[in-house]
Amino acid sequence: MAVALNINGREVALDVPDDTPLLWAVRDELDLKGTKFGCGIGMCGACTVHINGVAQRSCITPVGSVAGAAITTIEGLNADGEHPLQQAWVAAQTPQCGYCQSGQIMQAASLLAQNSNPSDADIVDAMSGNLCRCMAYTRIKKAIKMAASADSLAVNVGPEAAHV
Amino acid sequence: MSNSFKETRNLTTSDGLSRRGFMIGTVGTGVAMAFVPMTLLGGSAEDVLNHEAFEPTLWYRIDPSGGISVKVTKAEMGQHIGTALARIVAEELEADWEDVSVDYVDTDPKYGLFLTGGSWSVWTSFDQLSRAGAAGRVALIEEGARLLGVAADQCIARRSQVVCGDRQIGYGDIVARGRFNQTYTDEQLASLSLKPAADRTLIGADTQALDIPEKTIGAATYGIDATYQGMVYAKPLLPPTRYGSVVESVDDSRAKSIAGYQQTLVLDDPSNSVPGWVLVIADSYHAAQRAARSVRVSWQAGPTAEVNEADLFARADELIDSGSGALFLDHADVDDVFASANNVVTARYTTSTALHFQLEPVNAIGLQREGKWELHTGAQWQSLSLPVYAKALGVPVEKILMRTHLLGGGLGRRLNGDYGVPALLAAQALNKPVKVVLSREDDSQFDSPRSPSVQRLSMAFDSDGGVVGMQHAASAGWPTAELAGFFLGTGTNGEKFDPFSINGADHWYEVGAHRVRAVMNDLAQQTFRPGWLRSVAPGWTNWASESFIDEAASVVGVDPLVLRQRMLTARGINAGSEPNAVGGAKRMANVLARVAEKAGWGKSLPEGEGMGIACTFGQERAAPTWTACVAEVAVDNESGEVTLNKLTLVVDAGSIVHPDGALAQCEGAALWGVSLALHEGTEFAAGQVQDTNLGGYRPLRMGDVPELEIEFVESVHHPMGLGEPATTVIAPAIGNAIYAATGARVRHLPIRPDAVKVALAARQKA
Repeated sequence: MAVALNINGREVALDVPDDTPLLWAVRDELDLKGTKFGCGIGMCGACTVHINGVAQRSCITPVGSVAGAAITTIEGLNADGEHPLQQAWVAAQTPQCGYCQSGQIMQAASLLAQNSNPSDADIVDAMSGNLCRCMAYTRIKKAIKMAASADSLAVNVGPEAAHV
Repeated sequence: MSNSFKETRNLTTSDGLSRRGFMIGTVGTGVAMAFVPMTLLGGSAEDVLNHEAFEPTLWYRIDPSGGISVKVTKAEMGQHIGTALARIVAEELEADWEDVSVDYVDTDPKYGLFLTGGSWSVWTSFDQLSRAGAAGRVALIEEGARLLGVAADQCIARRSQVVCGDRQIGYGDIVARGRFNQTYTDEQLASLSLKPAADRTLIGADTQALDIPEKTIGAATYGIDATYQGMVYAKPLLPPTRYGSVVESVDDSRAKSIAGYQQTLVLDDPSNSVPGWVLVIADSYHAAQRAARSVRVSWQAGPTAEVNEADLFARADELIDSGSGALFLDHADVDDVFASANNVVTARYTTSTALHFQLEPVNAIGLQREGKWELHTGAQWQSLSLPVYAKALGVPVEKILMRTHLLGGGLGRRLNGDYGVPALLAAQALNKPVKVVLSREDDSQFDSPRSPSVQRLSMAFDSDGGVVGMQHAASAGWPTAELAGFFLGTGTNGEKFDPFSINGADHWYEVGAHRVRAVMNDLAQQTFRPGWLRSVAPGWTNWASESFIDEAASVVGVDPLVLRQRMLTARGINAGSEPNAVGGAKRMANVLARVAEKAGWGKSLPEGEGMGIACTFGQERAAPTWTACVAEVAVDNESGEVTLNKLTLVVDAGSIVHPDGALAQCEGAALWGVSLALHEGTEFAAGQVQDTNLGGYRPLRMGDVPELEIEFVESVHHPMGLGEPATTVIAPAIGNAIYAATGARVRHLPIRPDAVKVALAARQKA
């Protein structure tokens, strides 16, 4: 029952049941630990990855449903960890405990890929499903705006650029 | 109160920061700087620091390349504490910040106490770390001067170099070429002169937190990310009650066909941390989860299987009525003052059960290696948990080591290390490394929640409307009674109390005759394990007292800010003292005045909107962080819906070590306060918390964030804590704003629209 996945531009075959949540396949089978387990029901956003460029909750996504799709995790967002959002996240000193931040950044990257100049309301709409338990919300919003206004945004969006 | 605090303070330094000397000695190729017991001060620093058997409290090392590694025993859980503590050392050491790194160490007795909580880290470490840095600087100057062939008094230290005129030598070179063998007594350390605040270059200057970059690329390692060769995974099945449930039978026949399933283990726990627990063991966590859905366990439920939230409140009321509990404060004339008062106002306040809901569910790896047991996890109070683990395993405490990982949120949950026990017991039973991960629902059910609370307050007035007496009784589950009995204080009536159930009621207002009573809710204690939740007791005490003062102001027809200012006389016990509370209640009056000015207190607002004011000194009277808040709300009269438009906070925490980190802590703490005021809360139903995931438990989201303005008072006083104070000032400010907007008084947390509607209706009847 091998499942073929394309993760961060790499083809992998996993010997797991089809209903295995993508989250655990990514974390424990592929050892990509940046994607986090928070609620297990798709309501906190800590497990957010991109599937064909769109933010999705990996904890409620069975691996069988994404065979052949292009999956990007935080590790694959940018080869050098220098996505404009990642740079803005440091500049705004956004993370506190940091546990939700991979998911926040992936959600925000999906937003910016569709809307390069989001309003406050657009940001709130896009980010409301992502819980930050440290409540660093004002800095998350600030960092998204910084990244959106950065000239570098269009330059390098990593291995998934091809399918955004 | 003060007794309990002394005990607390002694405990925080019981690893020997007091009555220790300091040594600087060559160790290997580097230099180690450590606090050591007085008994060892007679030996040479080099001998002592190279000797294996003693237990120094190691603070930092400098290696020949000039790298300076500051040892941090505090949990990194969002407060960037490693950065703040390293800045304190580096300031006095005259280190180049680029040379400094932070090393989060494992539990080894040589590092002393492991406890991260109470917003104590900077406050309790500041003086010692400053002196450790200064002692290192003096030693480096002396040795640097010797190597340069000049007199030490001709040299200064700056940016990791010793400089004499146009000659200089770097700290790395001094360490590589020099010898260090210095010893300081406590008195000598105390006599080292520290920099005046005006000369500081690192403390109070902006910097980036060292732990942030890896958190933006998915590279930070939390407990849940740790692995160990050969480990198996475990998903627990939790019993129907926290205590007293007994496993009757386990049927795993349906799980046996699940790929990766290994076995189901019933734990036997001598420490009573996880009674009635069952672990489903598998090759992977997803296999364990899958198998857990197929394993059937039957329990004989413990005695609290029918307990509901209403029972907990009823028991609290009953205990308050019975007059039981410890008198935390009790002036002799309270009864007379109340009997002869012109006017007495009374009110009852309540708070619901609240969860930590730290985003990383609790987890741990237990294993045995080289004759020692190891626990790999994120933890806040390792020193408290190690003896519990020793009891669970039946081994001496020296045989257990805890390895530290980042915490995906602490918030007080990981002060209680109960979640480490199943990992160790399973590793012992299976003789292999076991990683236990709780699901979110498990984590909520197994949380040490903030206890529901009931409080009764009364205030006596003379014929001029002056406040002449105040009484405050609070009943709740006591976290410290369950987990850390040595922290309990003794009341004036000889009864024990948990300071973490009543702190905050000993406020800085002059109220005349004052009585404060702490009452342990025994039913709460039996039903769940009460936890320390961010800011702890003031989460309820400050909600009640700061709301109640507004009620009192309304009764006597005085502006609530004016009434507060009148009572902040800074006389007698409220005058404050060095070093932590210089200025006393005057500093509270100051932050109140400033926040009122900043927020435009008294300005006219549209119909249905209002401003409320409140203040807090943080968790403990002995460690005050003076904090004031104005909340602006709009209330929908039809739905009872409260919209929080703006929060303005002014905080006086003395010197600020890491300004942006301090601001981040206050932002997060204030929004936590909003969440606990308006969004979060659950109830016990049939012995368990009712809401175990985000469907029912609803912390604040981005769309709920109000406009937020935070200002720090410029100060050169001793730095105080910042992780918690801004949390507990919010709910009463919001409650008071609702009153200002509508005339309706809410007395329960969280403030739900239905309760606002009831309060609106009550107002119309009144």
